[in-house]
Amino acid sequence: MKKFTNESGIVLPLNRANVDTDFIIPKQFLKSIKRTGFGVNLFDEHRYLDKGEPDADNSGRPLNPDFVMNQPRYAGAKVLLARDNFGCGSSREHAPWALDDYGFRAIIAPSFADIFFNNCFKNGLLPIVLDKEAVDGLFAEVEACEGYALEIDLESQQVRKPDGTALAFEVDAFRKHCLLNGLDDIGLTLEDSNKIAQFETSWREKSPWYFTLSH
Amino acid sequence: MASKTLYDKIWDAHLVTQRDDGTALIYIDRHLIHEVTSPQAFEGLRLAGRKPWRADANFATPDHNIPTTKAERSAGIDGIKDPISKIQVTTLDDNCEEFGILEMNMNDIRQGIVHVVGPEQGATLPGMTIVCGDSHTSTHGALGALAHGIGTSEVEHVLATQTLMAKKAKNMLVRVDGELKHGVTAKDIVLAIIGKIGTAGGTGYTIEFGGEAIMALSVEGRMTVCNMAIEAGARAGLIAVDQATIDYIEGRPFAPKGEMWTRAVEAWQTLHSDPGAAFDKVVSLDAAEIEPQVTWGTSPEMVVSVNATIPDPSLEQDPSRRESIEQSLKYMGLKGGMAIKDIQLDCIFIGSCTNSRIEDLREAAKVVQGKRVAATVELAMVVPGSGLVKQQAEAEGLDKIFTAAGLEWREPGCSMCLAMNADQLGDGKHCASTSNRNFEGRQGFGGRTHLVSPAMAAAAAINGRFVDVRDLQEQNS
Repeated sequence: MKKFTNESGIVLPLNRANVDTDFIIPKQFLKSIKRTGFGVNLFDEHRYLDKGEPDADNSGRPLNPDFVMNQPRYAGAKVLLARDNFGCGSSREHAPWALDDYGFRAIIAPSFADIFFNNCFKNGLLPIVLDKEAVDGLFAEVEACEGYALEIDLESQQVRKPDGTALAFEVDAFRKHCLLNGLDDIGLTLEDSNKIAQFETSWREKSPWYFTLSH
Repeated sequence: MASKTLYDKIWDAHLVTQRDDGTALIYIDRHLIHEVTSPQAFEGLRLAGRKPWRADANFATPDHNIPTTKAERSAGIDGIKDPISKIQVTTLDDNCEEFGILEMNMNDIRQGIVHVVGPEQGATLPGMTIVCGDSHTSTHGALGALAHGIGTSEVEHVLATQTLMAKKAKNMLVRVDGELKHGVTAKDIVLAIIGKIGTAGGTGYTIEFGGEAIMALSVEGRMTVCNMAIEAGARAGLIAVDQATIDYIEGRPFAPKGEMWTRAVEAWQTLHSDPGAAFDKVVSLDAAEIEPQVTWGTSPEMVVSVNATIPDPSLEQDPSRRESIEQSLKYMGLKGGMAIKDIQLDCIFIGSCTNSRIEDLREAAKVVQGKRVAATVELAMVVPGSGLVKQQAEAEGLDKIFTAAGLEWREPGCSMCLAMNADQLGDGKHCASTSNRNFEGRQGFGGRTHLVSPAMAAAAAINGRFVDVRDLQEQNS
């Protein structure tokens, strides 16, 4: 997995609550059997004026001038600023894949949907929960100041603002360790193979009816 | 011993190991697989030279991309016109073959929506941990299992290790006491719950649904309720095991048999929350107050009674809520203050993992029997949840009732719930749908979804607008 240590970048403000996974990446793009290439279709139904299709050329598609991401001042954004319940809806990991592929490294919101939140960590993307007042403040500052950028320092768990002040955030210690070191969950879990095998043996003895699926 | 919730019991029974910070490894009994969220996971296994930890814990069926017309289905895999969809379905077949995983492929009579097929086959059992790369895995909680959706990285993790790395959620109890009014169903209960607690109300919790009105539901009705736990923000929803659960499972193909059945049933008797078990949050609803529900907006929490009006944004004090309402009304082409019964419908969809089981189809058929779909409705379709549901419905003559009324009778799959196949709602069209999500574009680009029960969708098909199904039922009697 990609490491996350310290990232700085332009902030894109997406001022809308309950942004769902269909909003992030519409279903037709889920037909792909790959993990990459979703960035060009991130927020597809809002970013473009026409309907997007998988494997199509997106270069000539009409952009929606009213969608915030299409404003030149936000080009190359690496931090997404969002509202409550970001990422609600389906379990599709294509949502964090699309955000990552576009170039986002962190998402700041007052709250996230559980499955999406979890999926981000598996892809080196950092979801940061800040309280509503802090998020409101960031929205006001980003919109007022062209080129507004934030620095995200995972080691010290701080979001640093251009004026030098910082906002502290919480992150699960184990997930932080994995992100800082780019650790692969499966490799870590397999270090506990013996424990899994022991558990399985006793569980099979106790509840053999869970082991009856066969061809 | 301290009192435990049902969730505590299943969690504790599956705990392999736990780190100091609370991160746990949880053993997974059943992993359900479909074609959309698995190809990258199998590819990951191949790249790392790994094999499934226990192939016989997995069970697959394609559902999201599958065409639902008879003409397409009779051509088998070649009937999938979209070449990208076809590759995805073929890839699932190839992966299951390569890794020795049981699959009910698209030509198998047992194929269907994975959350319909699991319980139907007895592959879902009480007390299990069940995961699937699909958020509606919460459905299986209706049988007293701990079941939830996972992402593709976790699909690979479960395949490779038979475990999930997780932190325990908090416990929430949603009690629905009293008796439902005639004509009000499981779907109305769960929509009313979401309307009350909101789409993020259950975030961070596992919800146990309880109370008289929940336990009075059939097991299929309970599946409808648990299915939409995720729409309330909770990854998992579950319901205590009772005699109805046991009766539902007995005799299903993968259910235990003989002496093992007796032992299993004995073990399952403990699958309920202990008296006095502590919940972090308790929410109560009175069943008698629930009316048939209809969503008017682009989030499942935007829901009201069929007899109500759409909220007027100008009356909303909170500015962000006001903006949400305005955004939704603009997308939906509706106005605040308008009566739900004045919404004109272009399409009716009866199907999805929420409402495509035999009882759902019976409920809808009862409403349309001897009537005709309104001339203004362009498309009305019924998509059974599995080949076996379809077979049962045909044995009961339900297909004839639907087609005589002017509804199309389709082959099983996810269909227009998320419109990954050719079944797509047109731009600007309003659909009364028995599915679970009314997000923008969910059922098709520009499509406008209204979530309802099967009976309400059927009544809307006949009237061309929403109508309180109870009024229609009174006319019949």
